[in-house]
Amino acid sequence: MKKNYLIVFLILPLFVGCSITDQKFDKMMKNSFQSKGIASVDRLNQDDAQKYCSDPATLAGKGDPNRAEVIQKANMATIKQPASGKYMGDWKSGERVAQSGRGATWTDKPEAANGGGCYNCHQINKSEVSYGNLGPSLWNYGKLRGYGQEVVTYTWNRINNSKAYNACSNMPRYGHFNLLTEKQMQDVMALLLDPNSPVNQ
Amino acid sequence: MIKYHANKALIAISLFLLHATVAQAQQAPTAEIEKYRAMIADGNPSDLYEMAGEELWKKKMGPKNASLEKCDLGMGPGIIKGVYAVLPKYFKDTDRVEDLESRVVSCMESLQGFSAKDIINGSFGKGKRKDVEAVVAYVVANSKGMTINVSVSHPKEKEMYELGKKSFFYQAGPMDFSCASCHADPGKRIRLQDLPNLTEQKGAALGWGAWPAYRVSSGTFWTMQYRLNDCYRQQRFPEPIYISDDTIAVSMYMAVNANGGKMAAPGLKR
Repeated sequence: MKKNYLIVFLILPLFVGCSITDQKFDKMMKNSFQSKGIASVDRLNQDDAQKYCSDPATLAGKGDPNRAEVIQKANMATIKQPASGKYMGDWKSGERVAQSGRGATWTDKPEAANGGGCYNCHQINKSEVSYGNLGPSLWNYGKLRGYGQEVVTYTWNRINNSKAYNACSNMPRYGHFNLLTEKQMQDVMALLLDPNSPVNQ
Repeated sequence: MIKYHANKALIAISLFLLHATVAQAQQAPTAEIEKYRAMIADGNPSDLYEMAGEELWKKKMGPKNASLEKCDLGMGPGIIKGVYAVLPKYFKDTDRVEDLESRVVSCMESLQGFSAKDIINGSFGKGKRKDVEAVVAYVVANSKGMTINVSVSHPKEKEMYELGKKSFFYQAGPMDFSCASCHADPGKRIRLQDLPNLTEQKGAALGWGAWPAYRVSSGTFWTMQYRLNDCYRQQRFPEPIYISDDTIAVSMYMAVNANGGKMAAPGLKR
């Protein structure tokens, strides 16, 4: 009898803050995936933002706002401003980055350049009719918002780490996870904020 | 062993027409794609996979020299008609919730003596897994037009649904994606590709009910396992193991959400 109580006391703490479903889920994930190419199983480990945004209640607007704020602050703190102080590159190269949706899958080579996949979710240059609508339209981005430093810094930050502004933003954190190089991000900046870019005509 | 010939000429002509019509009508490109799908729907090359699958179902094969005709896919040994509309479901003999593909593999192992491990470690469109895909096409075609009616009455079915839901919303990887990133809101697109909202009945019926399908762009028949594998690739996740519990759990989540909808597979996709 005493022995049984002892076992209950030893096992009980394992379940605190972690339901049986959670344990089964973790086991299922661990047993269901394998590393392939550059996509290794450690990609399944979540950071704070990913954990928070995996709860359907959070996505339905019922998440803890304090936790969202902590996540946003932590992400904001990771953003690096361009070392040279140069925010703007070449819009033509930026258009190529925006067009390409390649990169970071298990069929991609580690040395191959990634794309930004921007048109997957955004309208950008109106002459491209094949665009997605998961994100807002970026047509006339600079023309509508102006070209001031505040807009420039905000846009740089948003491309680098969108979760600095919205904990559960659907946009990949291009700088945070090194999905794009600094130069590529400068080029995308120009596509959005160079007054000569077709986006601002 | 059996070659699956696609009607490539027809597809080439259709693609040409698609380009021409899209150029003319840039206002509603998705409507044009629908027209193109309807245009080639009469000649869905998955017919060829179905015929090959029927042959494989009836043929004595494997170390035990047996056919699959005694395989219980969920409605009793040998019953094929309508069975895809009730899968995934719990099976007592394997003590597991199985989707059609895992069930066919279970039967190939238990009845014919093939190694499930070899099929799991294989690749899509190759070796014994290619036979699984053909059998899947045959079975699925025999549920076309039927009402999706997947049970959660067994505790393990209920549990699989809950695990699948959790997985559907599980964000990870270098792009922070989950299934829900693209499939939890109505009216969304990636480029011009419509994204069904798989969290509600209408979208789930559209998504779950359209696969497996013949994919024109790759010229191959894609089972649901293949479809999920490519979803996870684009999600920037590691590779889901063939017929692993996660793939079955996510299938369960979609299938149960789709209940009441029509099974339209084998479908035809871009």
